[in-house]
Amino acid sequence: MKKWLNPRSAFGISLIAIALIALPFVAAMGGQAWVRIVNFAILYVFLALGLNIVVGFAGLLDLGYIAFYAVGAYAYALLASPHFGLHLPFWVILPIGALLACVFGVLLGSPTLKLRGDYLAIVTLGFGEIVRIFMNNLNAPVNITNGPQGITLIDPVAFGDFKFSGTTQIFGFALSGPQKYYYLLVVLSILVIIINLRLQNSRIGRAWQAIREDEIAAKAVGINTRNVKLLAFAMGASFGGVAGGVFAAMQGFVSPESFSLIESVMILAMVVLGGMGHIPGVILGAVLLSVLPEVLRYGVGPLQMAVFGKMLVDPESLRMLVFGLALVLVMRFKPAGLWPSPERKRELTGEA
Amino acid sequence: MAEVLLQANQVAKHFGGVKALRDVSLSINKGEVYGLIGPNGAGKTTFFNCMTGLYVPDGGGFTFDGAPLIADAPHQAAERGIARTFQNIRLFGNMTALENVMVGRHVRTRAGVLGAMFQNAATRAEEAAIRQRATDLLHYVRIEDRADDLAKNLSYGDQRRLEIARALATEPKLLCLDEPAAGMNATETEELRDLIEGIRADGTTILLIEHDVKLVMGLCDRVAVLDYGALVIEDVPAVVQKDQRVIEAYLGA
Amino acid sequence: MDIFLQQIINGLVQGSIYALVALGYTMVYGIMGLINFAHGEVVMIGTLVTITVAGTMIKAGMPVVLAGFAGLSASVLVCMALGWGLERIAYRPLRNAPRLTPLITAIGMSIVLQNLAMMIWGRNYMTFPPLLPKMDFEVAGANFTAVQLIIVLVSSLTMGGLLLLVYRTKLGMAMRATSQNPAVASLMGVNINRVIAAAFVIGSALGALAGVMVGTYYEIAHYQMGFMLGLKAFTAAVLGGIGNLAGAMLGGVLLGIIEALGAGYIGDLTGGFLGSHYQDIFAFIVLIIVLMFKPSGLFGEKTGDRA
Repeated sequence: MKKWLNPRSAFGISLIAIALIALPFVAAMGGQAWVRIVNFAILYVFLALGLNIVVGFAGLLDLGYIAFYAVGAYAYALLASPHFGLHLPFWVILPIGALLACVFGVLLGSPTLKLRGDYLAIVTLGFGEIVRIFMNNLNAPVNITNGPQGITLIDPVAFGDFKFSGTTQIFGFALSGPQKYYYLLVVLSILVIIINLRLQNSRIGRAWQAIREDEIAAKAVGINTRNVKLLAFAMGASFGGVAGGVFAAMQGFVSPESFSLIESVMILAMVVLGGMGHIPGVILGAVLLSVLPEVLRYGVGPLQMAVFGKMLVDPESLRMLVFGLALVLVMRFKPAGLWPSPERKRELTGEA
Repeated sequence: MAEVLLQANQVAKHFGGVKALRDVSLSINKGEVYGLIGPNGAGKTTFFNCMTGLYVPDGGGFTFDGAPLIADAPHQAAERGIARTFQNIRLFGNMTALENVMVGRHVRTRAGVLGAMFQNAATRAEEAAIRQRATDLLHYVRIEDRADDLAKNLSYGDQRRLEIARALATEPKLLCLDEPAAGMNATETEELRDLIEGIRADGTTILLIEHDVKLVMGLCDRVAVLDYGALVIEDVPAVVQKDQRVIEAYLGA
Repeated sequence: MDIFLQQIINGLVQGSIYALVALGYTMVYGIMGLINFAHGEVVMIGTLVTITVAGTMIKAGMPVVLAGFAGLSASVLVCMALGWGLERIAYRPLRNAPRLTPLITAIGMSIVLQNLAMMIWGRNYMTFPPLLPKMDFEVAGANFTAVQLIIVLVSSLTMGGLLLLVYRTKLGMAMRATSQNPAVASLMGVNINRVIAAAFVIGSALGALAGVMVGTYYEIAHYQMGFMLGLKAFTAAVLGGIGNLAGAMLGGVLLGIIEALGAGYIGDLTGGFLGSHYQDIFAFIVLIIVLMFKPSGLFGEKTGDRA
C-alpha cells in the first residue's frame, strides 16, 4: 500500500510541496491582488472537488451548488459579525455551516433524487434561485440577511490570538492576511483531495459508480440507490458549506450577488471541463477557469486599447462569451473533459 | 415435505389493457432448481421483475423465507436474499470484472463515508475481505484471469458468468437466472449447466427462466409453465413434458 | 373579491405567455429528451429584435401598425433561424452522446446568446415601443387592458393552430411518431433530422411571438430577461407533463394564475412577513411539489424504467 512512496514519487511530492509553500511569496511580487487571485483559485479547487463528489462520482447534475456555499457563507456571517452581535470562533461555526448546508442538501435531495437527471438539474437550479431570493429579501420586516447590502465586518479566522487578517511576523517572515489564508486554503484543499481519493476507492465510491453505469442493475444487487445518491448530495453540500464559511471570513463581507446562478454554472463547468470524476482534471479545470478570466480581465482591455485605440467589447461580456463557447466546444470535441480519467474517457467516447 | 422458500400468491400485473400476469401462484422449495418456462411473451420476465421489486404487482404478493416481500424496493429484495441476472446482461461495463463482483458485496458490508474517510482498521479489514471474496467468486465461475478487464470487454459467455458471480456475491438464498443460456453454443451451455449444478450443490436455491427446454428438463427438479400470463402447470419435468396443454402452448393452438 | 378576479386576469395573461414559451421546451423535450436551456434566450432575442426593428421604423415616422407587423415578422424569422442554427450546430452532433453532454452544451449556448445580446444591445434596460393602443376595460370590478386581451386571444389562436398542425398534418404525425420511438419512425421513412429541426424552428417561432408579447406587456426588455422566463416556462411544461402539448398550455396558464394569486396573497398569508417580491419562488415551489408527487406532470403519461 505504500508504493506511492517510491523515490520518484517522493521527489515529485517534495517539489509540489515546495512550490505550494513558495507560491504566495511569488504571487506577492505582483501585489497582494495576485495572492487573492491565487486564493480564489484554491477556494474554487475546494468547491469543485466538493461538487465532483456529486457530479463526477455519483453522476448527479447539481446546478444549485452555490446555494450550499451561500448557506455556509451566511451562517458564518451571521454568527461572527456585529450584525447580530455574535462572535463565535470559526472552528465552531464551520461545522455548523457544514451541517446546515448538509441539512439543506438532504431536504432538497430526498424528494428529488429519485427523479431523472435533467429534472434534478432544474430543481437544484430553482433551489439556488430560491435561496438567493430569500437572501435578497429577508431584510424586512425582520432584518436577518440585511438584503442586497449584505453583511459587513465579518470576523476573520482566528486561533486564539492568532488572527488571519493583517500582517504577522513568523520566523522573520512577514505574512500578509491573504498569504495566511492561502495556507489555510491549501490545507483544506489537500484534505478534500484525500477525502475524494479515499471515497473513490471505497464501498460507497463503487456504489456511486455502479449507479452511474446502470441504475437498475445497481438496485438489483441491493444498493439503496436513493440513499447512496443522497449521501453524495449531502456530502457535496457540506463541502459547499465549509467553503462558504471560509469565503465569508476571508472576504469579511457577503452579499447575495456572490451567489448567482452563473457561479453554480462556473463550478459545474470546472468539474466538467476538467474531467468529471478525475481529481487532477477537476483541479486543472478549477485553476484554469478561475485564473483565465482574471488574465482576460487584465489582458483584453489594454490589448484592445493598444490595437484599436478604444474599447470595442466589454471585457466582462467577452469573458463570459469565451466561457460559454468553451463549454460548447469542449462538449463537442472532448466530452470527457480536458484531462479525463482513463476509464471515464472510455465511458463517454465509447473507445475501448 | 420440502420447506418452501418462495411463495407467489395470485400475483397479477397488467400494462394498460394487457394482462401480463393473471393470478399466478407457485412455490419454490429450498434447495431445488425450479424452472419457469413458456412461449415468448408468456410473462416470465414480468414475473421476475415483480418478484425482485422492479415492478409493483397489481394484485397478490410474495412470501419469501417466511415473511412477505415488500413491493417496489429492489434493493430490499437483494438484502432479503434474492439475487438475479438479466436476460440482456446488465453489467457495470466500465468497471473491471473484479469491481463488478465487489459491488455485489455492497449489501453484505457496512463501511460508510466516515469509514472511507478515516480508513480505520475495521474499514480496511472489510475492504480486504470484499476483495478476497470477489476474487474467490471469479475463481468459482472460472474467469479469474479476466479480473482486471473491463466488464464490457469480456466475451459474451464470460459476461454471463460474471453476472452470476456478481449475483452470488450478495449471498443469495434464491438465485434467479433470466435466460442464462440465451445466445450460448452447445459447449457453453454444457459449462453453464455444470456451473448451475455446482451452485445448487453448494446449497443455493435456483429459479431458472429458460427457452432451452432440454436444459430446463435436464436440470430442474420442478418446472412451471406460463402461457398468456397464467400458470398452466407446476410439476416435475417428466409430467410437464407429457402435458397436453404445454405441448399446445408451445406448438401454438 | 376584486383582488381575486384581478389576479386571475393577470395570471391568465402571464400564463398565456408562459404557455407559448413552454411549448418550445415541451416539443423539443418530447422529441429528443433535451431540456433546451437556450430557449429562454431565444425569446429574449425575439423581444430585442422587435425593439430594434419596430423602434427604428416608428422613429422614422412609419405607421405603428406597419412597424409592429415588421417587428413581429423580423423577430419570428430571426428566432426561427436561431432555433434551426442551434439544433444544427450545437445539438445535432451530440445526438448519441450521454444525456449530460447536450444539457451542458445547452447551458453553454444560453451563456453565449446572453452575452452576444449584451454586446449588441448593451446592458441597460430598453423601452419597448407601444405597438397596441392603450384601452382599459372593466368587468365586475376588475380591470384589464387591450394589450392583455390581445395577448390571451393571440396565444389561444396560435396554440389552436399548433394543435391542428400536430394532429392534422403529415409533419405533425411524423413528430408524434418520432417522440414515440425515433428508431421505428425512421424505419417507417420519417426523416428524423427534419422533424427535430421542425420542432426547434416551430418552438422558436412561438418563442418569438411570446417575446413580442412580453415586450408589449411589460414595455421594457433586458438581455437577462430570458433566463427567468425560460425557467418558469420549463416549470409550466413539467407541471403539465413534459412532452405533452396540451399539458404545456394548461401548465403555463395554471402557473401564471398560481403566481399571480400567490403574489397577491402572500403578504396576508404570512402576516406581512413575506411580500410580493417573493413572486419568483412560487414557480420553483410548484416545480418541486409536482416533481415530488407527480413527476409525470398533471396531464402526462406515466413513464417508468424498463428492466
